[in-house]
Formats: sequence, structure tokens, C-alpha cells
Amino acid sequence: MIDVARRFLRSRSAMLGLSILSVVIVVAAAAPVVFPGSPFRRVDQPLLPPFGAYLFGTDVLGRDVAAGIAHGARTSLMIGVLATAVAVAVGTVVGGVAGFYGGRPDDVLMRMTEFFQTIPTFLFAILLVAILTPSTKSIVIAIAVVSWPAVARLVRGEFLAMRGREFVVACVCLGMSDRRVIFRHILPNCLSPIVVTGSLIVATAILVESALSFLGLGDPNTMSWGFMIGAGRTFLRTAWWLCTVPGVAILLTVVAINLLGEGLNDTLNPRLRNR
Amino acid sequence: MALPRVGGAPGYVVRRLLQAVPVILAIVALNFLLLHLAPGDAAQVLAGEAGSASPEYMAQLRERFGLDQPLWLSLLVYMKNVLSLDLGFSFRHNMPVLDLILQRLGPTILLMGVTLVLSVGAGMALGLLAASRVDGWLDTFISILALISYATPLFWIGLMLIVVFSIKLDWLPTSGMETVAAFHEGWARVADIARHLVLPAVTLSLFYMALYARLMRAAVLEQAGMDYVATARAKGLSETRITLTHVLRNAILPVITMAGVQMGALLGGSIVVETVFAWPGLGLLAYQSLFARDLNLLMGIFFLSASLVVVANLAVDLLYTVLDPRIQAA
Repeated sequence: MIDVARRFLRSRSAMLGLSILSVVIVVAAAAPVVFPGSPFRRVDQPLLPPFGAYLFGTDVLGRDVAAGIAHGARTSLMIGVLATAVAVAVGTVVGGVAGFYGGRPDDVLMRMTEFFQTIPTFLFAILLVAILTPSTKSIVIAIAVVSWPAVARLVRGEFLAMRGREFVVACVCLGMSDRRVIFRHILPNCLSPIVVTGSLIVATAILVESALSFLGLGDPNTMSWGFMIGAGRTFLRTAWWLCTVPGVAILLTVVAINLLGEGLNDTLNPRLRNR
Repeated sequence: MALPRVGGAPGYVVRRLLQAVPVILAIVALNFLLLHLAPGDAAQVLAGEAGSASPEYMAQLRERFGLDQPLWLSLLVYMKNVLSLDLGFSFRHNMPVLDLILQRLGPTILLMGVTLVLSVGAGMALGLLAASRVDGWLDTFISILALISYATPLFWIGLMLIVVFSIKLDWLPTSGMETVAAFHEGWARVADIARHLVLPAVTLSLFYMALYARLMRAAVLEQAGMDYVATARAKGLSETRITLTHVLRNAILPVITMAGVQMGALLGGSIVVETVFAWPGLGLLAYQSLFARDLNLLMGIFFLSASLVVVANLAVDLLYTVLDPRIQAA
């Protein structure tokens, strides 16, 4: 374990990702303290340029852009993590059952997984949010629904590979219940690829959330980066910072999570490092 | 290329076609499920803007879509309607959903086709170049491009390209498909549309271009160590000839597979890109239907897009067997 931690700390890109992400997390955590009150509140004249009285200026309704960025960080991280948690849970159950039992359940579940991978995912997410009416809950559901198939396929593959291994056969011979074999013996051995895939799903989820709220499908009561870009788009000619600043925030966050994911992959699966 | 064995190829095609049928049916069933998930009455969703339709019309809708029947019967009626391409009527646009979609399909196909050609073509060329000089500046550049374009929302790339190339440099138009007021005809019109096409197509292709470049690079490097390459070299073929006629053909397979996956992503991406550039295609129509709460139109777009992806995947599979005749045997 210490060895793994040391390898992780030595990976430069992973450390870069970790530091950027830590900043984002601190900003998100500090948002209610540093920028108290609603980020939708009007604070000053509209369209003040950045680096004046307000770090990132104000938007067309006189809202503080920096406050929006800080509160938007909360939204992005929360939706990213929640949607991923749901997707990983569903994907693990589906993939685990398919891989462990094989045969008919495997056929049915994998057909279903393939189906969800065939349909255009972003369009499906839009349709889901539109039908369930835009809210944080429906966005989380929509992102989870389009993200779980990747986890299911991965977990199924891992379970298939583990199923024939001696320690699993030994467990079955000892008369252990399926549940116990799955949760106590197989699952812990598949955790590292699940963690890596999960971290990449968080990144994608943040991108999908920003696109949804850009299209006007965000939760109307929470500030989000995609919404800020969508609202600032009409003023591209006169107020460049309205779109640029939240975009850079998304870019940095997603790059950081990807770097972290790659770093985790290198340290947890050292054999794959030279692929 | 040897001719495919008699019976083998048509059999494979038929089998793949039959596999596509349940997928299409499942998409229709999914749409039906969503229709019932929507808050309120399914007939209201079908009518588009709730409240604007008269009670008589609503009753007529219920009957026509079998909504007054038990659920399973109603599903059958719905399937029959959708599969005979009766997708309902859009009040907002005052025309049948199918006509509306077909009208907007052209610009989207144009945008997607150009994007596909651009990303596959440029991606393969970049990948070949990167493989010829591993760890050179181009190699590093492609890796960075891939990382950045993967982490950037498409709509933001589009907006930033508009800031640079339309607003600051004033080289390209910001939005639309053509300058309508100019009444261009013939080649002048083609040139005008091409100018409007540059930014949306580049925005949409950037990520996949980087991805193909990386796939191509890896595949070329892998193939370079194969025996057949050594044989070709021993025969005295030039390196260019080996790469273009022998390695390329084998290295192209992962790119083709990815291109099938890209189809679905392109449709999703075209919604935001068409919204940003006001490109009058299906994506913009989907965006407008969101605003009008015209859910039935949105579901029609989803159904046709999903079917398009199924067909595209079919085409990719068939292309695969042409490129590598060993595949269908498996």
C-alpha cells in the first residue's frame, strides 16, 4: 500500500491533476463563505470588466461572475460525483451478475448494455431531462443512465476472468454463498479498474452537465458553468469574459480529473503502464 | 482481394440486418416508456404545447395513438404508427414531425459527412506522421491536442473559435448556413456554404481527429513489427509503398470501428454545435423543440437519430468484412 502511494506521488501528471482538483474543491467548499448569498443576486452595474472591483467582472444582469464560478464548482462536482456513484453502482451490479452467472442472464444483460451503448447518448440524456423536467435529480439520473454501460462491460470482463481463478473455485467448494463470494472475494480484486473508470466518468459527467445546462436544461435554482456560458453567449462580441472564464474552469477541472485518472491507472495497474 | 465465399457474405449481411430489427423495436419501446414518464397525460405530450389543443382533438389523439386502450395494446398501436413513420404533428411548426425532420436532415448530414471525412482523413494523416517520428514535436502536439479537446466542452470550443476567427480576425461568418440576402447561385452558393461550414465542422471534428491520430499511430507501430512487413521489405519495396499499401490497410481497422462509435457522438455533438453556429439542421431543431416544450418532436428526432446510428453501425460492420475478409468467418 505504501509502495502504491509512493508510486502515485512520484507520477508528475497525477500530482498536477491532484493539485488543480484540490484548488477546485477548496473553491467549491469555500463558496458559501467567500460569496455568501445567492450567486443569482445583482451586486453592481452590468458588464463590468474583470480584474476591477470584481475578480472576473459582472455579467449582463450585474451578477458577480467570480461568485458564479465558485458556486458553479459546487454544482459541477456534486453532479459529477453523484451521477458517477449511481452509474458505478448500477454498472457493477449488472456487470457482476452477467459475469458471475454467465449463460442466459449474461445474454440478456449484455444485450441491454449494448442497446444503451448504441443509442445516441447525449440526445437520450437531453430527452430524459426534458421529460423529467430539469432539476438536479433528473440531470443526475440522465447522466447515470447514459454512463453505466461502460462500467457494466468492464466489471463483466473482470468477473469473467476471476470466475475461473483458483481462489474463487476454492470459495465455491467451501460452500460459500454467491453473495459472499461476489462481495468479499471477487469485487475487492476488481476495485482498481473500477476506480479508474469511475474517475473518468466523473470527468465526462461534468462535461455532459455543462452541455445540458448550456442548452437551458440545468436546474433553474442552481448556478452552473454551462448556464453561465449559455447566458453570456449573446455578449461574445462585447464581454468576452462571460464565456471564457467558466469555459476555462470546466477545462481545468476536467483535465485535472483525467490526469488523476491516468495517474491512478498507472499506479494501480502497473502492468499496463507501457501500453 | 479474394472474392468472398459464396453464401458467406450474403448470409452475414442478412444475419446482421436481422440483429438490427430488435434494436429498432427497443428504441420505439423506449420512446413509448418516456412518453408515459412525462408529467401529465401522454396525449398532452403528443399534442405539443399543453392546453392549446381542443378537447375534441385530444380525444382524437388518444384514439389514434391507442392511449384509451390498455397499456400493451397502446404500445402496439404506438409501434405501428412509429414504424410506419407516422410521428405525429408539431403545432409549433405547424407541420408533420416527419416532414419537419426530413427538411432539416440535409444540413445535418452535410455537417456530419464533412466532419467524418475531415476527422478520419486528417486524423489518419497525423497518425501516420506521428508514427514515423515517435516522440517528435508532432507526436507531443497530438497528445496534448487529444487531452485538451477531450476535456473541453464542444460548445465552448465553438464559441472561442467564433471569437478568434469571426470577431477578431473577421475571416469566417459567425452563424447560419449561407448568406441568404446575397442570393448566391451555382458555385458561388457552394463556396458560400463551404465558408459557413468551416467553423462548425472543425469544432465537431477536433476531438475525433486527435483520437484517430492516436489510434492510427498505435496501430501503425504495432503492424511495423509484423512478419509481412519484413517480407515486403525483403522483397525490396520502398518504405512509402510498404506503409501505404500494406500497413495502412491493416492499421485502418481500429479507426473504422471508432468511426462507427463516432456517429452517435456526432449526433449529440451536432446539437450543441448547431446551436452555437445556428446551423439549420436537426440539432438546432432539437434545441428549438426544447424551448417550445415540443417533446413529441424531440422524441421523433431521437427515434430517427437512433435508427441512423443503427444503420451506420451496420454499414461499418459490412465495410469491415470488405476490408478484412477474415472477420465474417468469426
